[in-house]
Amino acid sequence: MNINLRRAIGTGLAAVLGASVLAACGQDSSGGSAQDSKTVTLVTHDSFAASKPVLAAFTEQTGYKVKVLRGGDAGAAVNQAVLSQGNPQGDVFFGVDNTLLSRALDAGLFTPYQAKGLDQVPEELQLDKARHRVTPIDTGEICVNYDRAYFERRKTAPPETFDDLLKPEYKNLLVTENAATSSPGLGFLLGTAAEKGDKGWQDYWKKLRANGVEVVDGWEQAYYDRFSAGGGKGDKPLVVSYASSPPAGVLETKPLPEEAPTGVATGTCFRQTEFAGLLTGAKNEKGGKALLDFLLSRTFQEDLPLQMFVNPARQDAKLPEVFTRYGARIDHPATLAPEKIAENREQWVEQWSSLVLR
Amino acid sequence: MVLAGPEVSAAKAEPRGARPAPRARGGTAVRLALMALPLAFFAVFFGYPVAAIVGRGLRAGGHWQLGQAADVLADPDVLRVLWFTTWQALASTALTLLIALPAAYVFARFRFPGKEVLRAVVVVPFVLPTVVVGSAFLALLGRGGTLDELWGVRLDTTVWAILLAHVFFNYAVVVRTVGGLWAQLDPRQEEAARVLGAGRLAAWRRVTLPALAPSVAAAALMVFLFTFTSFGAVQILGGPRYATLEVEIYRQTAQLLDLPAAAVLTLVQFAAVAAILALHAWTVRRRETALKLVDARTTAHRPRGAAQWALLWGVLAVIAVLVLLPLGVLVERSLAAPGGYGFAFYEALSSAAAGGGTFVVAPLEAVWNSLRYAAAATAIALVIGGSAAAALTRRAEGTGRRGRLVRGFDALLMLPLGTSAVTVGFGFLITLDEPPLDLRSSWLLVPLAQALVGVPFVVRTLLPVLRAVDERLREAAAVLGASPLRAWREVDLPLVRRALLVAAGFAFAVSLGEFGATVFIARPDNPTLPVAVARLLGRAGELNYGQAMALSTILMLVCAGSLLALERLRTDRSGEF
Repeated sequence: MNINLRRAIGTGLAAVLGASVLAACGQDSSGGSAQDSKTVTLVTHDSFAASKPVLAAFTEQTGYKVKVLRGGDAGAAVNQAVLSQGNPQGDVFFGVDNTLLSRALDAGLFTPYQAKGLDQVPEELQLDKARHRVTPIDTGEICVNYDRAYFERRKTAPPETFDDLLKPEYKNLLVTENAATSSPGLGFLLGTAAEKGDKGWQDYWKKLRANGVEVVDGWEQAYYDRFSAGGGKGDKPLVVSYASSPPAGVLETKPLPEEAPTGVATGTCFRQTEFAGLLTGAKNEKGGKALLDFLLSRTFQEDLPLQMFVNPARQDAKLPEVFTRYGARIDHPATLAPEKIAENREQWVEQWSSLVLR
Repeated sequence: MVLAGPEVSAAKAEPRGARPAPRARGGTAVRLALMALPLAFFAVFFGYPVAAIVGRGLRAGGHWQLGQAADVLADPDVLRVLWFTTWQALASTALTLLIALPAAYVFARFRFPGKEVLRAVVVVPFVLPTVVVGSAFLALLGRGGTLDELWGVRLDTTVWAILLAHVFFNYAVVVRTVGGLWAQLDPRQEEAARVLGAGRLAAWRRVTLPALAPSVAAAALMVFLFTFTSFGAVQILGGPRYATLEVEIYRQTAQLLDLPAAAVLTLVQFAAVAAILALHAWTVRRRETALKLVDARTTAHRPRGAAQWALLWGVLAVIAVLVLLPLGVLVERSLAAPGGYGFAFYEALSSAAAGGGTFVVAPLEAVWNSLRYAAAATAIALVIGGSAAAALTRRAEGTGRRGRLVRGFDALLMLPLGTSAVTVGFGFLITLDEPPLDLRSSWLLVPLAQALVGVPFVVRTLLPVLRAVDERLREAAAVLGASPLRAWREVDLPLVRRALLVAAGFAFAVSLGEFGATVFIARPDNPTLPVAVARLLGRAGELNYGQAMALSTILMLVCAGSLLALERLRTDRSGEF
């Protein structure tokens, strides 16, 4: 018998052993949770967060334990759910926003369920109020943020509206994100489309480009590398970010400052509403419904702001003090119907790319 | 280029004449047995998922979407992107080889204090999240960066920034794969050539270079595949104007869910990668010969003479500027607290962990998760890659139809490196969704996906060394009465152990830097260090940013520490021979 054969057998044995150990491990972890009807599985994106006591409260009230599966950014998470339609990874999906809603609804991702407490949610947020396939959970605005210190030093007022951004005093000051790959970048583009109309936004962006807007790839570079008040060493005093960025930035600073070092240009905001829904084919439908009720309960809604830096959908949820003190109230954000976004998104992004990037 | 003309015919003639037929058949059986496991692994965890997602795209709506395929291929933008992707990858590979090969020599041949630590440190870039490294590069090369302040030079939004970042990321690939083999080449062969009258250059070109060629080609291939699928570095440093194929595939899949377009782009990517693999196979095929390998410790010496000292200092200077400086920026930022330098961000990390939110990750828990996943992924990669490399080692029958089959197998193992992470991730989602393979919510999915990237490293580092082991050594051991196991332990293991550890180190580092397919898979929440860094970076504010930098620094230390421990493993046990 030749040496190589023996060697091969040895390696093969080791491999099979290894594989079976691995298989055993795999069974261990999946067998424990999948069959357990006392577990309800929440499929969501990477930014989902909830505090432990709040999740514990859900278990206490209903007896269900929440298992959270996170996968990629909002877009990737929704697409994964669409791809596994009919054989979902969990029971409830959280995190589809108005820019992606049409895709999810068209794919038949959700089973209708009217969650308790929906009467406390403003009508304008209930984008599927005829069928209740999705439940609005939170809203957030994408707005231009400014560096307070910069404008105080220059003794000019910071910009407030989309039109202000075209003025010569704000030339070369704004940095935004690539609408093709970044969610705030897309939000800002949609905001201009909502404000300037189907035909007007291209012209607006031509002017914005002439006024020296800089485009970087992602929010992290925009906020930390280019923005002058983001903690890095950037030199742009205006950045496309979120209305909640100022409170988020000061949250854990001790002692809390008089005012946040950044402010929000309230006339440049685009509203994103995030929804949750019961996945079609959910294994634990009852638990899923309980979880949807819970997501809309005051306990969860009041935990939201400091976990995900968004506004609760419920009107009667109290906002934490940091939020009201440092955040801005956006009364009339730009919005667009989900169908309209779905219809135009790709061609708008393409037009935007050739207008602004090339 | 030195093409081994005469060897070609020799290699062709040898198997039929010299080897008795039964033995060759036995070899085939062995090879098939060894190939079975890696083949099964790749079929289930790569071939099937990728074919499924591409197939779903091409057959959207129940019929073939060939019209759309033609549209995508005729799009001048797509061709432009393909062209840019390819040439930047080739340029990055060339630049990396140019800068890193001297270092491979220095690490292989010279003894100097701090060598072990530096060898571990150069791998650190591999594990760091691109966003973090990109930001450090911007601090050096970008607007208001160090270069800008000193000489008014700005490289961001230029191709140079992209190329330099690629060198930074892949420096270790060349230093460790090439250096690993180089250290085991007997320097006396080159010396003998010189005694026989060859000049320094001629001796190197005729003796050392041919011996090194397979591992240089292997390293070049890895670097090419890595830079070909580069995503973050290109975007962050080059700006949104530069897009690679990878970015387009990500957009079409993860954002627009235009699967037909994504499928066509994936096939284009495959075609490009296959072309490169063919080129690689063609250049390497005839060059692998049995070499006289020796214990690495006996080949290194202190630098002698001015030229060697200059080379050593030159390499150290390059490492300082290219690797240590960007890493230093991160460490500096992690210490630059609002009230002056200190450990405030590190303290914030530990106190926030005590706060009880699920968002903020306890640093120790993240370290533990990272190590656990990385260990599992390394084990899988070593088993799969090890048996694949063993199967590929026997090269006598490397001609004809069977030879092509073997080379095809070799290429297959490389493909995951040249495949978009989002393609694999989404493929997992739609295929591994039914018992017995419903792994979608299993933790195992993460190390499995990581092992896909680790296996090519294992194969590419082991193969040149395994092929260099002289078959006659094994036969001699057998003749002298050693049992096959003993022969393997006494002959192969000592010679391969070093390569095995290099391979393990890469597999480990690759999965420690977990940002591949796993990012696109919804998974139970066991956040690893890179995931925790990304979460912190996703929030506004100086404190969050500082904590992200602190956690990145911890990631660096964990990586360097683990690799040093691996090195130690080697030195402790190498006393056996």
